[in-house]
Formats: sequence, C-alpha cells, structure tokens
Amino acid sequence: MAMSMTGEVDLPAPRGVVWEKLNDPDVLKACIPGCQELVKEGDTAFRATAKLAIGPVKATFKGKVTLSDVDPPNGYTITGEGEGGIAGFAKGGAKVRLSDAEGGGTKLAYDVQANVGGKIAQLGSRLIDGVAKKMSDNFFSSFAKSVSGNGSAT
Amino acid sequence: MTSTGIGAAVRRKEDHRFITGKGRYTDDINRPGQAHAYFLRSPHAHAKIKSLDVQGAKTKPGVLAILTGDDIATDKVGGLICGWMIHSKDGSPMKAGPHPALAQGKVRYVGDHVAVVIAETVGEAKDAAEAIKIEYEVLPAEVETASAQRQGAAVIHDVAPDNTVYRWHLGDKAKTDAAFAAAKHVTKIDLTNNRLAPNPMEPRAAIGEYDSGDGVFTLYTTSQNPHVARLVLSAFIGIAPEHKLRVVAPDVGGGFGSKIFIYAEETVCVWAAKKVGRPVKWTSDRTEAFLSDAHGRDHVTHAELATDENGKITALRARTIANLGGYLSTFSSSVPTYLYAPLLSGQYDIANIYCEVDGVYTNTTPVDAYRGAGRPEATFVVERLVEAAARELGQDPAKFRRKNYIKSFPHQTPVIMTYDAGDYAASLAKAMEIADYANIGKRKRESAKNGKLRGIGISSYIEACGIAPSQAVGSLGAGVGLWESAEVRVNPVGTVEVLTGSHSHGQGHETTFAQLVSERLGVPFENVAIIHGDTDKVQFGMGTYGSRSGAVGMSAIYKALDKVIEKGKKVAAYVLEASAGDIEFKDGKFTVKGTDKAADFGAIALQAYIAHKFSGQELEPGLKEGAFYDPTNFTFPAGVHICEVEVDPGTGSTRIERWTAVDDFGVVINPMIVEGQVHGGIAQGVGQALLEGVRYNADGQLVTASYMDYAMPRADDLPSFHVGMTVTPCPSNPLGVKGCGEAGAIAAPAAVINAITDAVGHEHVAMPATAETVWKACQRASQKLAAE
Repeated sequence: MAMSMTGEVDLPAPRGVVWEKLNDPDVLKACIPGCQELVKEGDTAFRATAKLAIGPVKATFKGKVTLSDVDPPNGYTITGEGEGGIAGFAKGGAKVRLSDAEGGGTKLAYDVQANVGGKIAQLGSRLIDGVAKKMSDNFFSSFAKSVSGNGSAT
Repeated sequence: MTSTGIGAAVRRKEDHRFITGKGRYTDDINRPGQAHAYFLRSPHAHAKIKSLDVQGAKTKPGVLAILTGDDIATDKVGGLICGWMIHSKDGSPMKAGPHPALAQGKVRYVGDHVAVVIAETVGEAKDAAEAIKIEYEVLPAEVETASAQRQGAAVIHDVAPDNTVYRWHLGDKAKTDAAFAAAKHVTKIDLTNNRLAPNPMEPRAAIGEYDSGDGVFTLYTTSQNPHVARLVLSAFIGIAPEHKLRVVAPDVGGGFGSKIFIYAEETVCVWAAKKVGRPVKWTSDRTEAFLSDAHGRDHVTHAELATDENGKITALRARTIANLGGYLSTFSSSVPTYLYAPLLSGQYDIANIYCEVDGVYTNTTPVDAYRGAGRPEATFVVERLVEAAARELGQDPAKFRRKNYIKSFPHQTPVIMTYDAGDYAASLAKAMEIADYANIGKRKRESAKNGKLRGIGISSYIEACGIAPSQAVGSLGAGVGLWESAEVRVNPVGTVEVLTGSHSHGQGHETTFAQLVSERLGVPFENVAIIHGDTDKVQFGMGTYGSRSGAVGMSAIYKALDKVIEKGKKVAAYVLEASAGDIEFKDGKFTVKGTDKAADFGAIALQAYIAHKFSGQELEPGLKEGAFYDPTNFTFPAGVHICEVEVDPGTGSTRIERWTAVDDFGVVINPMIVEGQVHGGIAQGVGQALLEGVRYNADGQLVTASYMDYAMPRADDLPSFHVGMTVTPCPSNPLGVKGCGEAGAIAAPAAVINAITDAVGHEHVAMPATAETVWKACQRASQKLAAE
C-alpha cells in the first residue's frame, strides 16, 4: 500500500539551526508521532520504536532509521522501516530540502513516500493517506515549535 | 404427490436446529485438553525467507509448540495437491510448483503460512507470534492476471519460469478460424471476470486430534467433502492411512466451493495434534478468510462471435488468461479449463468453437471453484457476446437468441458436451411474459421522463452439473471418480436411516433426501434420518459441489432404495406366502398381485429382522442396502433470467427494478428449497455484477480484507424475484433431476451487465459496475453521441 505526499513548511529559524535540529535524535524523537525510542547507532543510523494506530490496527513498530544523501545544511533523505509483528510492516522515507526563506527563516520542502503491508494494509488501506497526512502535520508542527525554541523537545 | 413426497414444498427439517441455535458447527466443538493454533502469515506478496527464528517465541507463556516449514520437511508431511492434471496444447503436463502447508524458504502471497504457534489460548499464541523473528528478502510481486506472463516478470515458481501453469485449448482452431474468415459479421468483446472472495457465513475451522491409544487421528472440519479430505490427507499428504484417520464435517454454514479444498490450516491442525499430544483447534477470523479461502473467477478474456448474413451464429472463439494465484489449489486447474470452455456453446447451435486458456501464477491468494466454477465465466462470455452481436446487427436480443437456440436433442456441441434435454425457447417465452418484455419501451420512456435510463438484459444460461461419468472425467485428467454412494438402513420398526456421501452445508438435504425416501418407501417423512459428514459412519462419498447432490447423490439413494424394495419383496413373499414375482410394492404396502393380501413396509422390515418366516439358507436376514451411482452424462440445467435496471446518469447509481428467473431444473423435489437456491444464487451473481471485487495493490497487498472494503450484496440491493420454472426431465438419471444450486450465480452477472449496457448505451461496463464505473460509461456514451 503505497502513498506519497509532498509539501512545504516555513520555519522561524535560520537554516543552520534547522539542520542541527533535523539531526538531533531527541528532537526527532519528540516530533515523530508515537516515537518511544530513537537511539543513534552510527553517524547516519538510528534504532527506533514507534507506536502507531491506523484505523483498527494498533501496533508497535520496531525498526531502523537511516539518513542518506546527507548534504549539510541543505537536506537529506530519511528512510525508515519497521516490523509491527503480526500487524505487518511499514516503511517509508522523506526527501527533505532546506532553503532560506524571506525574513531570515527556513523553507523546508518534503517529499514523503510510505508503504505498509500485512494487516495494516488489509484493514486500514483507505485510512493510510489520512493517517500519513496527520502524522506529517503533527511532525512539522512539533518540529516548528522545536526550532523556534517553544517546543518541549529541547 | 403426497404432502411430504417428491414435489412438495416441505419445510426444512434442519431449520429448527439452525434457528434455535442448536446447530453444531466445528467451532462449537471443544475437545478435552484442546490447544489453539495461530498462523503467522506473510505480510509480503513475494519474498524469500532469509531467516526464521522461533526460539525466543517458544519461551513465551502458554506456548506448546511453534512449527515451521522445516518441521513439515523433517516429518515428511506431503505438500498440498492439485487433483486435476491439465495438459498444455503441446502435450506437456501442467507446471505445479511445490505447495508445502508451511512455507519453505519462500512466501508467494500475502497470507501465506509462515509458522504456526500452538498455545493454551489464541491470545497467547498471537502474543508468541509477535516474538518470532523473520527476515524477508522482498521480491517484486506479480499481481495482474493479464501481465503475469510478460518478459521480465518476477518468477513465482521455478518450475514455471514464465508464470504459466498451462497453455490449454479446446476445439478445432482451423475450422473455427475458417468460419470467422467466411463470416458476414464479427462481434468482438474484451471482458474481465472479477475476482471474488467466497464469504460463507461460517468461516473455516478445524480441530485435529490424535488418540495415542489406538493411533487414530480425527479431524473436525468445515468441509463440503470429508471423504475427499480424508483421501487427500491420507494418500497424498501422508497424515495416516485412511483406517487411522476420521474426518468429521458437522453442520457447515455455507461453502460455495471454498470448503471443497484441502488447505494448509486443516492439515497443520491434524498433523500438529500428534506432535503436541493435544487436540489443536483453529478458527479463521474474517480477515484470514479473505486472505486464505480460495478466491473465485479472475479471468481476462478476448472473445469473438461470427454470424452469417442471416444472423445465424457460425463460430465462437475465446482467449482467456485465468489467474490461479500463488499456488494451485485442490481443483483449481480444472475450473478455467474443463468447467469453462465446454460451456461456451451456451444454449446455441454453434458449429465451430475454439478456446485457448492460459493458467497463470500470480502473488495472490489461490483461486479455485466458487459457486458455478467456470460456468459463470463461460455464461458471461457467451451472453455478453450474443447481446453485443444482436445490438450490432440491429436485432432484438430475444429474437436473436431464439433464432440461434439449439432446438433438437440430444445435441452434440463442438466442445465435448452432449446436451440431453431442454426447451430453451419455452423458458425464454415464459420469462419474457413474466418480465413484461413487450412493454419495456414504454417503461424506458417513463424513466426517461424522470431523467433516468432504463435497460433490460437477458441471460440465457446453461450449466453442466453432476460432473460425470467417472471414466470420462478421468480421461480429462481428474484424479478422482465422480460417482456417489448411499446406504439405506431400515430399522426393525420400519424407520429409515440414509447414509449419504453428499454433504449438506445449506442445501437442505435432510429434507429433500427424506422426501425421496418417504415417497418411495411410503414411510412418514419424520421416520427418515439423513446421516452425512462423518467418514466413520458413511463408507465413502464425493461430497457436495457443482450442483451434484440431487442428480448424483439422490440417484445413489434411489438405487439403494430399489434394492431395499427388492429385498422387501423377497421377505414379503415368505410372509404373505406367495412367490416373490407376484409381490408388488406401492404406497408403503407389499401386496400379492390380484389378491387383498398385504403387509405394510414396517411389518416387512420387522419380519426381515426377526427372520422367523424364512431360513437363513433361503434369505439373509436384515434390511440394509447400499449403492454406488455413477452417472452416464452430465445434467444440463438451463434457463433465462431477465434483469431490468434503472440508472441515474447523474450519479451512475443502478437500481435493479425487476428480476425474472425461469429455470429448467428438470424434476423438482422441493420447490421451496429450489426457489431459495435460486434466490441465493441471484444475490451472489448480483454481488459479483454490482458490488464485489477482490483488490490487490501493485505490491500485492490485499486491500479488501474486511467488510469495510469488500461490498457484499444486501437485501436492499435486490428486488423481489419473480421465479418461474419449466420442466424437461433429465433423461440420464432415474429422478429426472438436473441441479439448481449454482444457476442464479451463473445467470445473473450477464443479465445485470446486459441491462446496464442497454440502459447507458455503451458496451464497456466492467464488473463490479459500481456507481463510478456506470457514471463513466454514461459519460462515454454521451460523448459518443455528441461525436456522432
């Protein structure tokens, strides 16, 4: 079950700060909805646990998150895949590009691809787009708070 | 006709227990000490299993065992089989890949069985399954029927590198092509017969049990054919020899074909019972049923019909790709071949027919027989073609059909079948009358006034039931014979027990079979018990599918009853002191010809058992006879269904306004039960035409795995049906019956689509004809009109 989504968000912080936060596991952990654990296992690799609910299926996904095409402070590709046990699997990624926005802020453009399989696809396929949109909105609103210094993440 | 004999609308005996909650289904059975199985299924459509680690999971609470494909291999449990050998046109045998009950190294569809956890409770089994560690190497998945054979497609089974199970054909290609070359007009059509999930009300379930005292296995299971299940589990899968394996199929809540097959879950339960030393129970949940019950249909077809200058059909040719899924299910190979192409003559006199069928593997749930099995697919091809041809030729579709009907019998088609009896024009005339076909123009104008589009569609279907004789089906590749057995046990008090190899899972055999016995022996209907579904009770049987239980199962009972009556006459001769040749039996009484000496059936039964009137040297005591009945031909139920729809062109929503069914099932045993079967069949056929469709996404994820996404027909999707009958008795069996279980599902899809295409004025309306599909067709039709 594949879905894709693109969007942009203006963040009230300079690009250097945004980049730094994008690479801070604690910030990411706080912003990724349902994330219970995000442990750095190398320069570009994390171990992650996230609890997600898609329609009637709730599961704890365990997997890894990797960063690639790392181009400081312009962007990276973040990909993750997790196994939700008998609920199935989820994998996905986002290409994130940063550019200077007018007024000293940063424009963050994202291009998200996500895939689910197993029970989540069987029961929640019609809900995937909505869930992904909501998760992405939650992520960026938390992230915006975090980079503007108002968030609880830092 | 008596009030409970043949032809009487006797209320169903079994319904009392069903509607008072006293039915005893497999899941109602609980065995002492039973444990529960949970199947860990593949979330991927196609993947290699790189590693599978169950050690951690085994330590979880309540776990008794976790078994995988390795255990299957170690124990030499045989693979699941496909019991009908199809040969390709080049003579090569079909390419059947291995089908282990638990995956070995590779998974081939979402839902494929990777491991089974057996634990004290289902909850504990599920929790432990979470702890199984599996690494998959995900492979590209092939999902689409039409493209599975393409160059570069992912290879699903090594044995079939082009994903092709067989390239089969039937008919005379050269003659058919020549007829097309000479045709005045050729009608061409491309059709998809949508994939369906069977959805019996009761999901599958199994309890396996092993008695270490006598070394006997017992499997309680939701089967339409317990003896076939025992045969396969014994002779091919190797669970135990037949005398050490009992299969019980108690009350079964619907099958529609899906409970014919021998699946992984049932196999694993009975095998695992010995391994864990406890009965092992599994009950499918609804999503598991969507994933693992064999699906139906899934054909992509290009078909053509040739007509001459007089509008006479001269030839038909079809090329079909049939999706068989990730593995070959028990009878899957036969459904799109011998159950399909031999029906492509429909009710029509067509001199030349040629059909090619490629069976293909895809990374989807296996596909096998589903109500009608091949025959709905054939009817859809023939009736869509005939309808389109009539419209192209500017002829009334009813007249065009009548002109081309077969009118004399027996009729040999160019595709195997010898139709034995029928009167197709009579069914058409009666259906047209009931449907008020003559005034459809007026009703169309009325609808148009309201901004609606009204259409009418005919489906002149034929089916072949009671697949037989065994010798013939054997020569076509069947691995089994298709006869039926019966045993009639008369008790000393004259009550009767009939043991039948047929299996009732909604058909009402306890009623109809008792009607036959009551009629023939003259005993009260209440004094007859029908016993089925237990291999320890019934010696052997082939089960119930393909509308065979009337034509084959009841004929076996008929034959056994003949023997009972013959034996009864011999007993009566001693009792009445006459010669056996002078004894007559009628209305439950043995009489001496030309005298008033008589004894009723019960009295003679008692005499047979007490054996005081004859010596054991002269006659064996007792009154019990058995029979095996092997038909001499298929039976050919046929009929005409007419569907009338109203479409709202603004939304594409379609309402069925009127439904007429006139069926010729030969002699009818119980008209109420037959009508019920017709209703159910139509509802399922309408479901296929308007609502149902199994959908996979491009990765092979099943996205219609619950009733949120898979639309079943509901009462308010259907009108009240007008059901009529015509009768031409079947000449090949003693009762003259033909079979009625599948007719509605066979006839309905073409009737609906013919009606919708008539309404919207556009031939391309795919099934399921959802509002979106119909709305688009309305748009294309109006664009086409504008362009003209």
